[in-house]
Amino acid sequence: MSEQITKPELVCPAGTPASLRTAVDAGADAIYCGFVGPTNARNFPGLNFSLDEMTKAVDYAQQRGAKLLTAINSFPTAGRTDIWKKAIDDAVSINVDAIIIADIGMAKYLSETHPDQRIHLSVQAGASSPEAINFYCDRFDIKRVVLPRILTVAEIKKVHDEIPCEIEAFIFGNIGMMAEGRCSLTNYVTGLSTNMDGVCSPANFVHYEEDKDKNLTTRLGEYAIDCIGCGENAGYPTICKGRYNVGHRAEYYAFEEPVSLNLTHLLPDLIEAGVTALKIEGRQRSKAYIRSVVSSFRQAVDAYSNGEQPDISDLLALTEGHKETMGAFPSKKWR
Amino acid sequence: MISQNYTNTSGSNSSPGSQHLSEAHSKSLSRFLPPLPLFALSPLLSHVVNFIAKKHPELFSRLGESTKKTFLINPTNLPFFLILQPDPNNPRLKAYNRGSEIKHDVYISGSFATLLKMIDSQSDSDALFFNREIMVTGDSEAMVALRNALDDMEGTLVDDVASSLGPFSKPVRKFFDIVNKSKRHHE
Repeated sequence: MSEQITKPELVCPAGTPASLRTAVDAGADAIYCGFVGPTNARNFPGLNFSLDEMTKAVDYAQQRGAKLLTAINSFPTAGRTDIWKKAIDDAVSINVDAIIIADIGMAKYLSETHPDQRIHLSVQAGASSPEAINFYCDRFDIKRVVLPRILTVAEIKKVHDEIPCEIEAFIFGNIGMMAEGRCSLTNYVTGLSTNMDGVCSPANFVHYEEDKDKNLTTRLGEYAIDCIGCGENAGYPTICKGRYNVGHRAEYYAFEEPVSLNLTHLLPDLIEAGVTALKIEGRQRSKAYIRSVVSSFRQAVDAYSNGEQPDISDLLALTEGHKETMGAFPSKKWR
Repeated sequence: MISQNYTNTSGSNSSPGSQHLSEAHSKSLSRFLPPLPLFALSPLLSHVVNFIAKKHPELFSRLGESTKKTFLINPTNLPFFLILQPDPNNPRLKAYNRGSEIKHDVYISGSFATLLKMIDSQSDSDALFFNREIMVTGDSEAMVALRNALDDMEGTLVDDVASSLGPFSKPVRKFFDIVNKSKRHHE
């Protein structure tokens, strides 16, 4: 491990003002959060920031040397673009450090209306090739791309060598669909879209039932998506993490398993590959999660930067289903 | 609102009346509980919830429409359960003996220490759910809103409860300390 390692930026989530303060105090270099409503991809009840709260959040972060990134990373539909444009104008007006954008039309609006505003390209945009990323850089002056979780470290290195902007990569948390920004499973069942309404498995469609033997059935709308036996760990109530009877396979994870991404052991490789920002997923998670994960990764990044081996063994307790994976990052063999 | 009393209309058997108290847990906590009748506990709970509502008015904006919901909170190792109605104009928290029939929208259960740690953000609620240490049925939207509203609260519930009770704050803090230690012991 080289001691000359460039210390990457640790980018952490916040769903509420209290979580933001927790993330800053735990050592985040940057915090990403979104406005209340459909403009961000974590539009859940009781979550997110009003304009007043976002303004105070900018002050709190910047006064402590941290950056605030506003996620406006869902896709407006016809007749609703004013909501997204207002969110962009509001974010610019309070001097956020960057806006994370997914929709190509909103990227155009942002770059033309506010040419001095730093723009990051959201993972929701699904730009994974140098050609796609270069298009966004050329047209909208994107300064950073958040890469989809479909690339190996070796591929990230190749992308890095062919693009002019910074790379941000996920290192911990929920691992999404392989074609990020294009999931229609929730839309199919509920009529609400992860990408256009910002809601994956809207809470008002989620129902849990526990029987006398402690078996837990999870439903989204009229569909049962899993039945978790007594003693089994549960996962998020999303269709992609459900178990189904498919053909000759019973209780089969037809899409993905409930498992969390954890790339702690790949941090040196990611940095070597040219990743300048390490992203933790989880704006929907609690302050307890933020405190634990952010402080653990703060220590891990600092330890690696000093040529030491970090101890991050306590993170498993916070993973979905108590399982973790390095996903596609080491190899494409991951399902 | 779910029209249910002790038998959950969804077919679940997770409502308080149908749950068996864990003998070990129940005894371990009961040792520290004074023999307080519920008619004496209710004014205390009412005082506490009004204190918290005044101190944290922002809770209600995060709750949104869920301020109209009724939450049944079942500390599985205590001899009673709680009903919370977070109406900003008239917030109510009341204790009921097991066996009472109370209509509710949301049902939350877990050991007292686990619920306390979740409310005070010492434990991550998603992780507690993944581990099956807490159980939730009913209106998930209201549950998520309550979780997020409480998580945005500055300070801790223990501090608020203790502060609201003035001269009794010291024994209250001691009681919560014992509860937390009891939880760690059973872990």
